[in-house]
Amino acid sequence: MSASSTADVPYVAKTKVGRFTNFVDERVGGSGILREFGRKVFPDHWSFMFGEVALYSFVILLLSGTFLTFFFDPSMAETHYQGSYTPLYNVEMSVAYNSSLNISFDVRGGLFMRQVHHWSALLFVASLSVHMLRVFFTGAFRKPREMNWVVGGVLLILAMAAGFTGYSLPDDLLSGNGLRIIDGVIKSIPVIGTYISFFLFGGEFPGTAIIGRLYVLHILLVPAIILLMIVIHLFMVVVHKHTQYPGPGRNDGNVVGYPLGPVYAAKAGGFFFIVFGVIALMAAAFTINPIWNYGPYDPSPVSAGTQPDWYIGFVDGALRLMPGVVNDFHFEYIVFGHTLTLNVLLPALVPAGILFTVLFTYPWIERWITKDDREHHVLDRPRNAPTRTAIGVAGFTWYCVMWAAAGSDLIATHFHVALNDVTYWLRALFFLGPILAFIVTKRVALALQRKDREIALHGRETGRIVRLPHGEFIEVHAPLDEYKRYRLVGFESLAPLPAVPNEHGVVTRSEKRRAALSKWFFEDRVAPASPAELEAAHAHGHHEAIEAGADQKSLTH
Amino acid sequence: MGNHSDGSPNPSGAVATAGQEEVEKFQDPGLPPHRLRLADTDPKAAKRAERQVAILFGISVIGTVVFLIAYFAIDLGNDSSIATIRTQNLLLGLGTAFAMLGIGTGIVHWAKALMPDHEVSEERHAIRTEDDRKAAVRIVDDIIEETGIKRRPLIRNSLIGALLLAPLPALAVFGDLGPRPDRKLAHTMWAPQDGKLKRLTRDPDGTPIKASDVTIGSAFHVIPEGLNELHEGKLNEKAKAVVLLMRLNPESLNPSPGRENWGYNGIVAYSKICTHVGCPVALYEQQTHHLLCPCHQSTFDLTQECKVIFGPASRPLPQLPIAVDAEGYLVATSDFKEPVGPSYWERDEHERLINS
Repeated sequence: MSASSTADVPYVAKTKVGRFTNFVDERVGGSGILREFGRKVFPDHWSFMFGEVALYSFVILLLSGTFLTFFFDPSMAETHYQGSYTPLYNVEMSVAYNSSLNISFDVRGGLFMRQVHHWSALLFVASLSVHMLRVFFTGAFRKPREMNWVVGGVLLILAMAAGFTGYSLPDDLLSGNGLRIIDGVIKSIPVIGTYISFFLFGGEFPGTAIIGRLYVLHILLVPAIILLMIVIHLFMVVVHKHTQYPGPGRNDGNVVGYPLGPVYAAKAGGFFFIVFGVIALMAAAFTINPIWNYGPYDPSPVSAGTQPDWYIGFVDGALRLMPGVVNDFHFEYIVFGHTLTLNVLLPALVPAGILFTVLFTYPWIERWITKDDREHHVLDRPRNAPTRTAIGVAGFTWYCVMWAAAGSDLIATHFHVALNDVTYWLRALFFLGPILAFIVTKRVALALQRKDREIALHGRETGRIVRLPHGEFIEVHAPLDEYKRYRLVGFESLAPLPAVPNEHGVVTRSEKRRAALSKWFFEDRVAPASPAELEAAHAHGHHEAIEAGADQKSLTH
Repeated sequence: MGNHSDGSPNPSGAVATAGQEEVEKFQDPGLPPHRLRLADTDPKAAKRAERQVAILFGISVIGTVVFLIAYFAIDLGNDSSIATIRTQNLLLGLGTAFAMLGIGTGIVHWAKALMPDHEVSEERHAIRTEDDRKAAVRIVDDIIEETGIKRRPLIRNSLIGALLLAPLPALAVFGDLGPRPDRKLAHTMWAPQDGKLKRLTRDPDGTPIKASDVTIGSAFHVIPEGLNELHEGKLNEKAKAVVLLMRLNPESLNPSPGRENWGYNGIVAYSKICTHVGCPVALYEQQTHHLLCPCHQSTFDLTQECKVIFGPASRPLPQLPIAVDAEGYLVATSDFKEPVGPSYWERDEHERLINS
């Protein structure tokens, strides 16, 4: 683009690279894309990295998974192991298990790839979950990002599906028992349960079809949908631009951060290699899923202390917590000559159902309560939305209680307590835990808000005690500069919104309900410090400020 | 702090609406002034950072070399031991880790120390403009108008009908994913074949068990005679037929009416498949006579006909009626009198069928 070029003189590239890029540009219009994205601004914060970790571990999953498909054979035909792992020599097993052993022992780097694949799968679900927690606690799901939050929830479910289908593929004893549990849960479904089970397994459990079917789901269908969802997710991120944490110079009308090229691209691109490196390090040093120790699947044996992969744990834990019989009351009924087995059906469906329903609808619930239809691009600090934070921690605690229950036997053996007691305690915590967590979190958030106010108005504590001429001891407080202060006061504190009559002058029942919830949401609140309050505080602590100022001077040589 | 504290919650009445009524607020002071890094002002520090980045990239090269050496120098022959494989795995992993971490940390260090770290502010644009909205509404209206779908309800309704039915073949085509369940879950291999009672044999080798081999306090994992000879559906049959055999002092057993002769001399056999979700109930506590499922900790009391005493199972383990044949081997006198394993919708129906 030299100054002399005009509209009717076509641009001629002078270098080789220039000619090549111009060739491409004239055919696909890359300049426009580059102009839009080359310097696009991305805010920077460590908590924004979880989503990146999820994305990168998915890429690593695709890479390592492709390698594994070259060697894995999903057949359930019987064979006798002839590979180099002697303890299992000549043992009867399925071809799938046989090929998993061969990948581990007879393909160079095969064990490493299996370990990389399994570790990145665990990390994928974990980082996705933590990313969603970050989004929830900072209120990033608010308008205009509600739909992207839903896409994230779908991705979480898909990630669990991908994990479980892959976990079952080696056809080892541990994963086979996992499948058997799934089969038991499916059979408990009223009316169609038995049929679904027979359709899924191609007949009776375990049959000879399930591994091949899970394989197709695992390497084709589920990853394809995940990829599609990731594309939609990132597309929306571009449309919305990234959220940013509150602070001086940041508001809902702008986005402050580093330009994509070079700084952000370098950091994000470099981070991919770091994630890969950390996964490789884990795969190198920590054994995961040593299938050769479990042996081939056989419906008779089972090892004590069986555990699913971590992300299935909460469902398994719920299954463990549910009592089958209380005194003489059985949770299995005969209804019109049919068996209804609530001791399996309830824990398998209800907690997960509640968690995901609340997860998917929460943005709309909060929007309805607050009547807040504005766009939000500046995040909330969790403490500045105490009730939301408390709801989140309550849900998280509920999840964790169920998750801990999946390890109830290991808790009992490691801490030398009775297994039954562990279960009784966890049953109680299943109901009380979320309530306690809600109360404690809300109080902690409010206390942190008060601390912020305190610091905004009176400065930070310097830890220096000074004796005044009349004998009084005071601690010197150093005032904040205006940027640091703005971090503490620059938020919006919503108050309860009373019920408003509609256009017919009627206060509807749902409006009353909304007002009650709004009151519950916002009645305990700490307003941000105002300039007038700061003024008053200065008048009160004038001498302190001067002391602290002098103090600072003496410290800086 | 003490006397400074005045940050108590505002009474909710104090602010009428949700923060919209503006109390005087602090003004946004704008972006804080940019602070220069050492490498921005001191050429020596910049040079040092440059060298550090290069060293990190160099570490990556070493990692790649380590990987290649480990891949080609360690041979997984037919006699490779698990120790060799672990060593190779460790070296391949460390090589990859250093190769990746070297590049990653190098680039990030480069970005943080040497690339400009000025934060930039960019305006957000409206996600949609009012002009676009109006134009879009007009386009949609025009499209609908041109199809005439509002004016021709016959077309609309018949299309809806056709679309509703069209997915049915897509569902029906999956009908052959599996056979229908019929009564397969109601029966196991234990049913006598051609009048011949099935012997109880050891899992997994299939040798028959003599009643005299079963001492008090012992427990056997049992499969039916002939299971190992099956070629088709061996695991399917095993998944239903596995049994636990135990011998107790006959006084500690309390058989209910009709089940007195289901055991022999204190020897009893129970299905090993948990009635909860089907894990093998593999743990036998000899002292307490409890059976425990390691998956979800359902606990069954052998002295009370395997009644559930703890955990999520709701039904006792089914008992297999056994006796002794002429040669002193344990045999099953019939199949289980109820379906084994986890409950399912047709279970009660099947149980009535078995007992009729």
